[in-house]
Amino acid sequence: MTDKSPVIARITEQFGASVYETHSFRGDDTALVLRESVIDVLAFLKQDPDMDFAFLMDLTAVDYLGREPRFEVVYHLYSFSKNLRVRVKTGVPEADPVVATASTVWKGANWFEREIFDMYGIRFEGHPDLRRILLYEEFEGHPLRKDYPIDLRQPTVSTREFPDPEKQVRRTIDEWRDRK
Amino acid sequence: MSGEIENKGAPAEGEELATDRVMLNMGPIHPATHGTLRIIVELDGETIVSCDNQMGYLHRCFEKQCENATWTQVLPYTDRLNYVSPLMNNVGYVLAVEKLLDIDVPERAKYIRIIISELSRIIDHLVCVGTNLVDLGALTNFWYFWKPREEVYDLIEELTGTRMTTAYTRIGGLKDDLPEGWVEKAQKVVNESIPAALRDVDALITKNRIFLERTVGVGALTIEEAMEYGFTGPCLRACGVPYDLRKDQPYLGYETFDFDIPVGENGDTYDRYRVRMEEMWQSLRILTQAFERLPGGPVNVNDPRVTLPPKDAVYGNIEALMNHFKIVMEGIQVPLGEVYHATEAANGELGFYIVSRGGGKPYKIKVRPPCFAIYSAFPELVRGHMIADAIAILGSINIIAGELDR
Repeated sequence: MTDKSPVIARITEQFGASVYETHSFRGDDTALVLRESVIDVLAFLKQDPDMDFAFLMDLTAVDYLGREPRFEVVYHLYSFSKNLRVRVKTGVPEADPVVATASTVWKGANWFEREIFDMYGIRFEGHPDLRRILLYEEFEGHPLRKDYPIDLRQPTVSTREFPDPEKQVRRTIDEWRDRK
Repeated sequence: MSGEIENKGAPAEGEELATDRVMLNMGPIHPATHGTLRIIVELDGETIVSCDNQMGYLHRCFEKQCENATWTQVLPYTDRLNYVSPLMNNVGYVLAVEKLLDIDVPERAKYIRIIISELSRIIDHLVCVGTNLVDLGALTNFWYFWKPREEVYDLIEELTGTRMTTAYTRIGGLKDDLPEGWVEKAQKVVNESIPAALRDVDALITKNRIFLERTVGVGALTIEEAMEYGFTGPCLRACGVPYDLRKDQPYLGYETFDFDIPVGENGDTYDRYRVRMEEMWQSLRILTQAFERLPGGPVNVNDPRVTLPPKDAVYGNIEALMNHFKIVMEGIQVPLGEVYHATEAANGELGFYIVSRGGGKPYKIKVRPPCFAIYSAFPELVRGHMIADAIAILGSINIIAGELDR
């Protein structure tokens, strides 16, 4: 671990105990951070004037089935003023798939986290509106988990009975309000 | 509408007229949504109070499909992300895989990739601006834009064999070199058809009073908010941030080209229109330079790990035959690792996050589509505006359902 990039050096200096691994592969700086402190690290990277990571470019998860912790939540940040990129990752165990939400740091995290919830079933604590985004409410399971077979057929969903199209819209809005 | 409004009679003097809030459902099939999007808006009179966007109608689990295909078989899936500029997705994907493989493609391949990217940027902007204008009632401009767009599609068809599902790039290069006489035809389109259409629409629209009143100050976002939401591309530049990956983190040798990054001031629908119009002129500048400097040489890297051997060798010796078989059947062997590579697509930053655990198939491919982040700000953009403004805003942020839903 010589010649650390400035971002990695700054993160390890600030959060020494929470950063359990760093690497720079093909020019991509990566820091693996403990789940408890990942939001602190992200907030620090955004607010620190030397880093100024104003953009949360991407937020996704990876399922490493058979490894512990099974999931990894991956944040890609970009600093426009410093022209830097960094990848922050955190491990999430299968037994307790919960991470604190990043939508308190960047508003843009909202939909990305909904997509991860939809596809991997990882919950984000404190998320304002955690529900499926790309799939429908009745969908069973989380298709991007590695143990979800690609040819699995979903049970047929019966037609939702709405005698009046206007009521349908009202109900959707009401449900949406209740969730909020 | 609501059906429960009771007639309370005329209001007394000084009393506000009592109104009920009305829910309005738009889509999933609606002529102004340009794709299957569903928007539920809550209206107070004609003013939007809140809205909920529902999507996924075009979801096909792109990522799951990719995990079950070889690295090369993923390419046709990328066509279907942003189907208005498929060549750009092809380029973005192969650049990410090449970053992981650590290979550098020949100069000629880079130039051709720039040419197809910039042509795609132009047709993407033509569609976006053209349909945005249709929604605002200016149908003529759409046809002015459609003519050069068709000519570009003719070029793409000659180059790739199809109009939309191109799959033209390959890991390590391109499917084929340019056809004979293609450059001359492309130069004609770049020098004549596209500038003529841009000038026509510019003259009709840019200072058009109706257009100005419909778009100036509509759907504006501050720089801070735009960054919070992860805006990139023309929508961010309209706010005044000169962020363009072609300048900030150049790839394919964009740094050797002479072009400017147009920025707006207010981040409203009008500025997004102006930025897109100017970007097309800048793309034409890049194209002109690329055609002038287009180098000769091969279009595929000479690396047996990724490139198929020449056909005569496949039929002539056993090593080449085996190599061909292994690349096709087992896929290109990509080393262990993970990379994120972003390119400046027409809508903004198109990022590919790729994880390989060895072998011929990707372990994970995550696409970061530019319009996903932009669309998440839609409730913010339309709040306090009228329903007709929502249509203008929706057109100007250029939502492509193919890459939104993946």
